[in-house]
Amino acid sequence: MATKTLTSPVIRQPSRAALRAFVRRNRRALSALAVFIILLVIFTLANPRVFTNPITYRAIFLNLPITLFVVVPLVFVVASGEIDLSFPATVGISSWAFAVALQSGWNSFAAVIPALLIGVLVGLVVGTLVTYVGLSSLVATLGMNFLLRGIINIGTEGIGIQFPQIRQEPLWHMFAGRIEGFPFINNFPVHMLWGLLFVLIGWVLFNRHRFGVHVQLVGDNPDSATEMGINVKWVKIGAFVFVGVGAALAGVLSVLVNQTWWPTTGDGLLLPSLAAVFVGGTPTWGGIGTVVGSSIGVFIIQFIETGIIGAGLTGYFTQFFNGLVIIVSLIGHRFNGPRYR
Amino acid sequence: MSIPLIEFKNITKSFGSVNALTNVSFHINEHEIVGLIGDNGAGKSTLIKILAGVHAPSSGEIWLRGRRIEGGWNVAKAHAAGIETVYQDRALAVQHTIASNIFMGREITSPLGLIRVRKQYEEAERLMREIGFTSRVFTPDSVIATLSGGERQGVAIARALYFEAELIVLDEPTTALSLIETQKVYNFMLAAKEKGSSVLFISHNIYHAYDIADRFVIIDRGTVVMQADKSEIASAEQLVQHMKDFARAGHHA
Ligand SMILES: Nc1ncnc2c1ncn2[C@@H]1O[C@H](COP(=O)(O)OP(=O)(O)OP(=O)(O)O)[C@@H](O)[C@H]1O
Ligand SMILES: [Mg+2]
Repeated sequence: MATKTLTSPVIRQPSRAALRAFVRRNRRALSALAVFIILLVIFTLANPRVFTNPITYRAIFLNLPITLFVVVPLVFVVASGEIDLSFPATVGISSWAFAVALQSGWNSFAAVIPALLIGVLVGLVVGTLVTYVGLSSLVATLGMNFLLRGIINIGTEGIGIQFPQIRQEPLWHMFAGRIEGFPFINNFPVHMLWGLLFVLIGWVLFNRHRFGVHVQLVGDNPDSATEMGINVKWVKIGAFVFVGVGAALAGVLSVLVNQTWWPTTGDGLLLPSLAAVFVGGTPTWGGIGTVVGSSIGVFIIQFIETGIIGAGLTGYFTQFFNGLVIIVSLIGHRFNGPRYR
Repeated sequence: MSIPLIEFKNITKSFGSVNALTNVSFHINEHEIVGLIGDNGAGKSTLIKILAGVHAPSSGEIWLRGRRIEGGWNVAKAHAAGIETVYQDRALAVQHTIASNIFMGREITSPLGLIRVRKQYEEAERLMREIGFTSRVFTPDSVIATLSGGERQGVAIARALYFEAELIVLDEPTTALSLIETQKVYNFMLAAKEKGSSVLFISHNIYHAYDIADRFVIIDRGTVVMQADKSEIASAEQLVQHMKDFARAGHHA
């Protein structure tokens, strides 16, 4: 008797009520999806030839996954009530370690390890500064971004490292290769699949794992979380470490995709990644977030650039439309759901 | 006399230069309702947070069932000892559901740390039915921000209930509530005592406190100034008089 009535409404009746519950729970991600679809329709109408051509999508998917690897963990940091502006330099410095190891003849898989270690270390340092030292994450990570990029500049004096042979590495084939005969898009970039897998893992971690749920509770009400025995500081540090790991993976991927490590690697990620997080529906005030929505945000931001060129406008319009979409999306999210705090 | 459930011996707590508690000693027996009374800023919430493991005392001893707590005191230990606390304000994560608030910090998980969402939903639902949340349109998936103050307090109390506390601690549980809802909370406290738990609660309404407590602890500017059984106090008016006397004595001292 006790558990009969409400246990599995979703399974028993895939009815309107269940659908409504699904929409209510996922309305931020769904509204990001709506924005993306509308954009895609507009671009396709503006230039059918470009947007029905698989090559267009392949070109976009070559770089898009790099952003996914930083955006997914950023959702955790933002949901925990903090912000991280240091990830571009973390991408740079961890991929520098990868590049140097590769250059000194390390096995390409082994060369990923120092990159990951540096990512974790940066996350630990930033997290500790924010929690135990009590610095504002906005300012501390801004400083850290300059600091790490400065170390790269001092260490390299602006000289990059090229890897013309990298396509012979098994690591390249596994993580940045192409899939021949992929449906619709021949020579599909395999890292797009890794990026999507990362989103899936991020979704499980955020919504179904104790860590992600604690991240959200800590961001919603740190006092209450403390009172219920959640270690607020370590949960936040965990979120920053996750960003470090994501940034390291993004950095490694960037070197593989571009066959080059530049001292500026990662720099260009700052604004598009943050825009993707918020356009996708993760709010600025903490406590909640959407991994799927913000990942769709990455698609929105990445498609805008291609779409504008494809629509016959010059690159000068990109920033204008980026700004327009960001603001319209935020207005959409605002009216789509109440703000509780 | 039997061994107390929990006992504070000479507990002192200071926040920097502020002495919130000075040499506080008191105890709670099994199976009793204790009313903790004192003026604003007297140190009641601080005392409760020490009890709950949120703050560690600056000095002094905590004894559980005749055993001294060694090696630090924290929320996990307090939970393990069966101490559940309902806090004064903002005790819930408002953007989250009833179910995730009930299980906050103690989620039901698989060995990998994955949350058993269905199980938590069912348990929360059973609990809500037990404490009479059923007449409402709420489900365990309802978001806290859509609940009234009294309903939120109900969730906070349900959380304490779920973990079958030996001692339930409530910090001004009725401040935001209507008369009827206040009565519900008191009935719940009496029911918890019937089931064998002890209750410590703070109330600014001495008349209410007098009605349901078995014993009173009066605290004034960080020290316990009086502990008395109900039998030693003739009426709520006398309790009020005691409080005024202590306050005046303090001012002259
Ligand atoms: N975290 C803290 N940091 C510094 N001082 C604190 C802290 N918590 C409490 N205090 C101080 O300790 C004293 C006791 O506060 P406490 O909250 O325990 O009072 P209270 O009896 O619960 O009052 P009220 O009835 O208003 O809730 C106050 O002077 C308060 O300012
Ligand atoms: Mg208080």
